[in-house]
Amino acid sequence: MDRRSFLKGTAAAGLVGASAGLAGPALSQGAAARTLRFVPQANLANFDPIWGTQYVVRNAAAMVWDTLYGFDETLTPKRQMVEAEQVSADGLTWEFRLRPGLKFHDGTAVLAKDVVASLTRWSARDPMGLMVKALQNELVAVDDRNFRWVLKKPYPKLLMALGKNSTPMCFMMPERLAKTDPFQQVSEFIGSGPMRFKRDEWNPGARAVFERFADYVPREESSSWLAGGKRMGVDRIEWLVMPDPATAAAALQNGEVDWWENPITDLVPQLRRNRNIRVDIADPLGNIGTFRMNHTTTPFNNVKARRAVLAALSQEDYMRALVGDDDKLWKPLPGYFTPGTPLYSEEGGEILKGPRNLDAAKRLLAESGYNGTPVTCVVAQDQPITKAQGDVTADLLKRIGFNVDFVATDWGTTGQRRAMKNPVGQGGWSMFHSWHAGADCINPAVYNAIRASGDGAWFGWPNIPAVETEVANWFEAPDLAAEKAVINRLNKAALDNVVYAPTGFFLGYQAWRANVSGIAKGPLPFFWGVSKT
Amino acid sequence: MFAYAVRRVLATIPVMAIVALFVFSLLYIAPGDPAAVIAGDQATPQDVERIRASLGLDRPFLIRFGEWVWNILNGDMGVSIFTNLPVTTMIQQRIEPTVSLMVLTLCLAVSIAVPMGVIAAWKQGSWIDRAVMGFAVLGFSVPVFVVGYVLAYIFALELDWLPVQGYTAFREGFFPWLENLILPSIALGGVYIALIARITRATMLEVLQQDYIRTARAKGAGQRNILFLHALKNAAVPIVTVIGIGIALLIGGAVVTESVFAIPGLGRLTVDAILRRDYPVIQGVVLLFSFVYVLVNLLIDLAYTLFDPRIRY
Repeated sequence: MDRRSFLKGTAAAGLVGASAGLAGPALSQGAAARTLRFVPQANLANFDPIWGTQYVVRNAAAMVWDTLYGFDETLTPKRQMVEAEQVSADGLTWEFRLRPGLKFHDGTAVLAKDVVASLTRWSARDPMGLMVKALQNELVAVDDRNFRWVLKKPYPKLLMALGKNSTPMCFMMPERLAKTDPFQQVSEFIGSGPMRFKRDEWNPGARAVFERFADYVPREESSSWLAGGKRMGVDRIEWLVMPDPATAAAALQNGEVDWWENPITDLVPQLRRNRNIRVDIADPLGNIGTFRMNHTTTPFNNVKARRAVLAALSQEDYMRALVGDDDKLWKPLPGYFTPGTPLYSEEGGEILKGPRNLDAAKRLLAESGYNGTPVTCVVAQDQPITKAQGDVTADLLKRIGFNVDFVATDWGTTGQRRAMKNPVGQGGWSMFHSWHAGADCINPAVYNAIRASGDGAWFGWPNIPAVETEVANWFEAPDLAAEKAVINRLNKAALDNVVYAPTGFFLGYQAWRANVSGIAKGPLPFFWGVSKT
Repeated sequence: MFAYAVRRVLATIPVMAIVALFVFSLLYIAPGDPAAVIAGDQATPQDVERIRASLGLDRPFLIRFGEWVWNILNGDMGVSIFTNLPVTTMIQQRIEPTVSLMVLTLCLAVSIAVPMGVIAAWKQGSWIDRAVMGFAVLGFSVPVFVVGYVLAYIFALELDWLPVQGYTAFREGFFPWLENLILPSIALGGVYIALIARITRATMLEVLQQDYIRTARAKGAGQRNILFLHALKNAAVPIVTVIGIGIALLIGGAVVTESVFAIPGLGRLTVDAILRRDYPVIQGVVLLFSFVYVLVNLLIDLAYTLFDPRIRY
């Protein structure tokens, strides 16, 4: 018993009778052990994982909505709601059969028509889904448990698309919800996952509650990330939103919460000193820091100006600004793909390796014909990752010889401004900072930021045909060896032309109370297998 | 006085209309895009544009403003862009913690600050007076969040007497409710106590120089009677005015306090809505705060008549 419980007990004993009507409800020890209190990375402000693609929405949705396939820790898509699938010899016809006994939280059975409607909605928003949709000849429910997908052209990465963890994930909803316009929010939050969403207890910005779904039938296999048997070790999960990291740290130390998704590195030493707290890496796939240059306006419409930045860029400076002196949390990244994954490549990465060459950078800048035009560097100050990177970039650009127009703003404004294609000085921009989850940078299918298709590309709108050619080649690569060869060429083309500037690879921590077990490392918090004593 | 109160209530209508126009215009011209926030970091510009259109954010200013005003007049504050919940529901969810925090802070501050100011004035120049004034300077100088962290460290982490964060609704018991609000109220009340104590002292010093106080002393009235019956009542008008003005201070401070102690109140709702550009929520909350502020000022004006019979409306 802790001191506060003792004091409360003593006070309650003294006041019993006189204030019986004033006493609050108490959770029994058993009930407390069945409730997991979790501090998420951000506020769960909406709860439609197709409409809103923020990671926090995906993380909560993974409890409530199930998927046909799910990535395991080897990044292999494994069957989840699907019992079996069959593909024709020409690779055009896919037939799927659902597991028996699947139910939605409203008690209705999961049918093939629900899956067809869900796939249709998802494929209107997801980059891989859009590719499949473009190849689609027919998507129909054959009967209650079987559905068929007929394509005009083989798409070998189909199961990857259905099982990937990057947003928007391919979640299954009841047909009536899945028929909602993909650009509008669904009105109910009914899934078939292991937890049901308690909408009546949802207080956006403060609390979201999930309750175990008794009718969920987990797979027989042991769980691995989004694959295998999703067996819940607790009956209730409470997400408690805490905007202030110091408060979250204090609440964890005080036993008011059980698991904190993303403690900031400054507070980790303090947490490590507490014998009731465990701290470990959250996601081995980590994150890639980035700043994107605008390829459509001066000076970064000239590849020499972009390469000048890479020649002088010190990833160590960026990473130390982000994670401090903890060397376990970062590594240099002379490439674009996530370290430790099968397609990681350093081909063409020489420009980011070795001692930084400011003279070469200045030479390249002069060769680009740069005439002192202000470089509008948009930096969101309310995101620690972008702020730290922005400060390093401003110094770097000045040392190279750029005339820096540093725009300190917030993330909401950055989101709007980066979409503007106006010239600098008329609301446009030259560069902004961001970061990508490593799980979203494992291959070109889930990696929007590597694409270089001009107007259709991500902000900055790089137009580099060599990159797009290799992306197309990767989709058609027959095996891993061929994929690796393609990725080597892609990485080199992207670095030669500087699609964007990678500032390094960094990891983050998670922390939990010692009485909680079963917490896995992965690209999102997996709640199945987690229990509390 | 009834006619005056009615006139004042009616006068709030144009004030609220100006506030509404001002807030809406400010949000319209402010940079930021909720569609970009909704779409997420990986969204394409086309996705963002589709979402913006689906939210009606691509429509002209006058149409959006007219629609919003019409809905407000019909008692509908709109629906949050993000949560899809009615703004009134979101305000209802958040109003109790903020009102609780403000009321407790107000009670705490007034019950501490007024006696402090009175005693400081009575013992002018003594160590008590200097201590009170020193505390007032400290209260003004130390930011709310610093006081909050220090209190949480001492009383929650070190002593384990009180929780670090959260809020328990009043219906779940008085003590759980109080337990969650003690530290935030003290943190938020610091600057308020300092303000009221200083004003009380200054006003009391002035009143204590008046002839009628000397007369009361000459009549043999006791010190307590002189201070609290004769002097404090006559000093009440400026003190009550400052308490009213301080409500705005409390509203501003509640934003920080609610963040530090993770209290799900209107302050945090406002900050979250601003950062996400959730326009209907921002407009609704600002309108509510403005209305409360206007109402508090009216109540203060009416309260003057209780303390000073010469004031008539």
